[in-house]
Amino acid sequence: MTARPVRFELNGRTVEIMIAANRTLLFALREDLGATEVKYGCGEGVCGTCTVLLDGESVNACTMLAVQAAGRSVTTLAGLAGLAGPAGDGREGGDGGELHPLQRRFLEHGASQCGFCTPGMVLTAFEFVRDHPGSGREDIRVALSGNICRCTGYTKILDAVEAYARSTAGSADG
Amino acid sequence: MYASPTDHVVATSWTDAVRLLQEGGDGARILAGGQSLIPMMNLRLATPSLLVDVSGADRPGIAVEEDRVVLSALTRHADLERSAEVATHCPILAEAARWIGNVRVRHRGTIGGSLAHADPAAELPCVAVALGATIRTTGPAGERRIPAAGFFDSYFTTTLGEAEVVTAVEVPSVGAGTGCAFVELARRNGDFATVEVAAVIELDGAGRCAAARLVAGGVGERPVELMDGQDVLLGERPDERAATEAARRASAAVEPSDSVHASAGYRREMLGVFVRRAILRAAARAAP
Repeated sequence: MTARPVRFELNGRTVEIMIAANRTLLFALREDLGATEVKYGCGEGVCGTCTVLLDGESVNACTMLAVQAAGRSVTTLAGLAGLAGPAGDGREGGDGGELHPLQRRFLEHGASQCGFCTPGMVLTAFEFVRDHPGSGREDIRVALSGNICRCTGYTKILDAVEAYARSTAGSADG
Repeated sequence: MYASPTDHVVATSWTDAVRLLQEGGDGARILAGGQSLIPMMNLRLATPSLLVDVSGADRPGIAVEEDRVVLSALTRHADLERSAEVATHCPILAEAARWIGNVRVRHRGTIGGSLAHADPAAELPCVAVALGATIRTTGPAGERRIPAAGFFDSYFTTTLGEAEVVTAVEVPSVGAGTGCAFVELARRNGDFATVEVAAVIELDGAGRCAAARLVAGGVGERPVELMDGQDVLLGERPDERAATEAARRASAAVEPSDSVHASAGYRREMLGVFVRRAILRAAARAAP
């Protein structure tokens, strides 16, 4: 088994790494590219901890091989601030330091304790609100049911996402 | 927890995939969405020596033909949820797809992969049998069309031959007089089914059942057609009385296994509950 070059876009910049076929996108991101904001939870695709966006759609980094990301665009939590939500309220070029409004809601509502589930939780919530503007708490709860949190009991996470959904609903396209 | 060493090669077509599988020998496996295979590799339950990546072998399209819908094997579960063609012609596929894993699994997992993986507690094998779907394959001996009922053999085992690959799934269109429903009992969102039932019920002009398919998952080594339950419904109005009797007969006829997730007795009892629910829901959807 030899390592091959794989090129993809990570948070808006092109990266190329030498990667073996058995290496998951999760390990490639964390260990070869320093993207430790992507966390390892279960390695089976059931906990949501390792969520990243692939061409804008959420995927489990642990159930993708790095070689499958070739030519695609990957977004981690660190790249979220550079993405627009449904109301176009993100800011271009976010690269650490800037926060997406959804991240600010998590801070305001105390929706993070140990923080381990947070990157996956935020990206999943971001995608859901983007694709389902104006959703209520119950729909958000179902949408996040694939993301496990062992600390918070989920209430404040739902508070934060609900607040974000409400704040973007007014300016959503019909 | 990570996969053993392996090689990865991209197939440019289904024929190319067959050739690569043959050349790869016993250790070669098809990689589509990888949502079953890669977790197994991470757990070292699967240790393929070669992954034949078919993600570019075809376009993940859904085509409507005269009396059926043809789905590429690469159609993702998320595509089933969103497709206007599926919603119009075979909405039970979308209803079932919503139960598969979590949103991230549905963004990668494919119908070809799910059927070939043949987990008897998975959603799509159960629905494929209930709909009378036909599975298209290609292999060293050429192309085949395999009825879904004859495709699933045992746990994670199909009747696919060596180096044979699922290429597409044909689903008969559901007419106006037919109602379908998919119901599932799972402990948590995203879990495999404790029990699941797919019901396809066709009514005649008098509101009596002209045809019925009741198929259950989670109660055997493959999707189980509930013949006794179906027999109760034929010629009858699918009302509370008929649904309850069909559920009782279906429940008595299955032989589920004990597992850490649910006992055989619990599965049997829950099958009755969900058969009745599926029948009533499907019947309500069959337009007069």
